[in-house]
Amino acid sequence: MLAILDVVSIKYYLILSAFLFTIGVFGVLFRRNAITIFMCVELMLNSVNLLLVAFSTYHHDASGQVFVFFVMAVAAAEVAVGLAILVTIFRNIHSVDIDDLKALKN
Amino acid sequence: MSLVEITFLILSVIAIGSALMTVLSKNPIHSAIYLLICFSSIAGHYLLLNAQFLFIVHIIVYSGAIMVLFLTTLMLLNLNEETEQHKPAMARLGALVAAIILGLVLVAAVSKTATLMPMNNNTVDIGSIKALGKVLMDEYFYPFEFISILLLSAMVGVVLLTKKEKTTVA
Repeated sequence: MLAILDVVSIKYYLILSAFLFTIGVFGVLFRRNAITIFMCVELMLNSVNLLLVAFSTYHHDASGQVFVFFVMAVAAAEVAVGLAILVTIFRNIHSVDIDDLKALKN
Repeated sequence: MSLVEITFLILSVIAIGSALMTVLSKNPIHSAIYLLICFSSIAGHYLLLNAQFLFIVHIIVYSGAIMVLFLTTLMLLNLNEETEQHKPAMARLGALVAAIILGLVLVAAVSKTATLMPMNNNTVDIGSIKALGKVLMDEYFYPFEFISILLLSAMVGVVLLTKKEKTTVA
């Protein structure tokens, strides 16, 4: 069985995850559509998951993969509740643009 | 370059490219499809790292459940037209600068850090369903049970949130 981390250094996984996380943060700051912002949050969660799996393989410890499993469950719950809130918001103001959600400000 | 390296490179390029397209494409449906491609390449990374159980769970949860949820909501809200306006130019520039600086800091931090622990070259399988199931039911039994409570409460919360409010009689 060929271990991938003998061939590809763990540093490349670190850099790949850093890039994916940065793209997620960029999307959250850049977009106005709340659903796309949710997608970018999912992207950030996935970059962290990827790094957890890489280090779990590196240290040969299954706890990292169990943690990824928990993160996936929490992400699924988060997306379901978040999208339900968005549907409720859309029902009230007919938009999911985050710049229209300034009702608390005035 | 070995086959593994080439596979890693291709998967990484697909992941980063489709992640960028998720952020940059105007139509939210296209964003969702690009996100699906990104998740699939991350699943490929899991397979490269010998995490078979997580590979399957990732495909089921993300490509199956979460993407269907996203696409259903997009179609329910009728957002498939390119109706979204962009943020003002200054805000977009600020987002770009902030993201570039964050990326620089992260890459600098991870590339200058010395490796504290050497790699463990044990070849016992840890990523299969059998091995991971034992750890999950042995060491992480209570968190595993609490996850079910979390999912149940999320389900109840979603039903409560999306239920139409009864109009009160004046």
